[in-house]
Amino acid sequence: MSRPEHRAPPELFYNEEEAGKYTSNSRMIDIQVQMSERAVELLALPQDEPCLLLDLGCGSGLSGSVLEDQGHTWIGMDISQAMLNVALEREVEGDLLLSDLGQGVPFRAGTFDGAISVSALQWLCNADKKSHNPIKRLYKFFSMLFASLTRTARAVLQFYPENSEQAELITAQAMKAGFFGGMVVDYPNSTRAKKFFLVLMTGTCIQLPQALGEESERTSVIYTHRREQLKKMRGKPLKKSRDWILEKKERRRKQGKETKPDSKYTGRKRSGRF
Amino acid sequence: MKLLTHNMLTSKCMKGVTVGYPLGIVAKDIKVSETEFNSEFVSRIIPKLDWNALWKAADSIGHSGDLPQQLMEDYENNEEFLKKVHHVLLEVEIINGELVCPESGRKFPISQGIPNMLLNEDEL
Repeated sequence: MSRPEHRAPPELFYNEEEAGKYTSNSRMIDIQVQMSERAVELLALPQDEPCLLLDLGCGSGLSGSVLEDQGHTWIGMDISQAMLNVALEREVEGDLLLSDLGQGVPFRAGTFDGAISVSALQWLCNADKKSHNPIKRLYKFFSMLFASLTRTARAVLQFYPENSEQAELITAQAMKAGFFGGMVVDYPNSTRAKKFFLVLMTGTCIQLPQALGEESERTSVIYTHRREQLKKMRGKPLKKSRDWILEKKERRRKQGKETKPDSKYTGRKRSGRF
Repeated sequence: MKLLTHNMLTSKCMKGVTVGYPLGIVAKDIKVSETEFNSEFVSRIIPKLDWNALWKAADSIGHSGDLPQQLMEDYENNEEFLKKVHHVLLEVEIINGELVCPESGRKFPISQGIPNMLLNEDEL
């Protein structure tokens, strides 16, 4: 299955049929809501303060609703009229704008206390028209976004990079526009659960927030030693040793799967009867 | 489109436009609704507003109400005043009409409450 942005430009891809999925497909809705909630978490907004936020690529207003639920006021931008129509049907509270992010973010300086974007940025990397220059569009987007944020605001953009070069290109344009920050990758070891969040700050760079599904440095060093030993053995290790079991459970945790906590009974020696 | 959004919106994505603010409003249909009043949000947003532009915009569509032309001092505790600001910012919506760029004269149509800010190739 090819990537959506290779099939058509966003204003055509997100037609009525596709937009309809954002109200009917519960799995899609769940994932979008989860990512929106995580993006808001990464925004690190001051607690219990209602803020004015920007939703870039707001689409059907799913992410905007998450912002509303948390008591914020938001303004959304999207290029697809069909998606915005769904947002109107859902009677979202945020104001909507029909616009192309690659043409810029047309707001006065210091307007927003934060900005989020869920699954939109990858669309800016393709030249949908002959006149498009993706790098210039990305730079225009990031530089105008930078101007529209307050000096303590963050922008958190979740997206699906095609490859590491694309992720680097996007990050480079953001840095060129004056942002500090970088990528936070949740569940880096799972192909399914892996999510990329570009966390951008306008002020000086504070340490990037901890990604989900990450273990501490020390534990991983111990297991590497065991893993190398097992690799040296031909075929499957004959003994499902305790270390192998603990390592396997750690892998499952990193993948975001439900795993029982480790205890003194993990991989205990059973008597011959088992 | 609410007047809060109008107060922040510019046309500066366009080629040759330096400020592009404030945008003129030509309103064909206006809707007035009731929304939840949050005094904290209103008092935090007031310093960000261009008060003059807000008053002019509200006045041009005939909904300035009792909003004073000059921003008064010590508004944080004046609940009456905050409610008036809340009404103008968040309860008056332009459903159909146009926004006009003050520098180029370019018109941005508003339909169903959504302004169309998409620019043509030659305007970038």
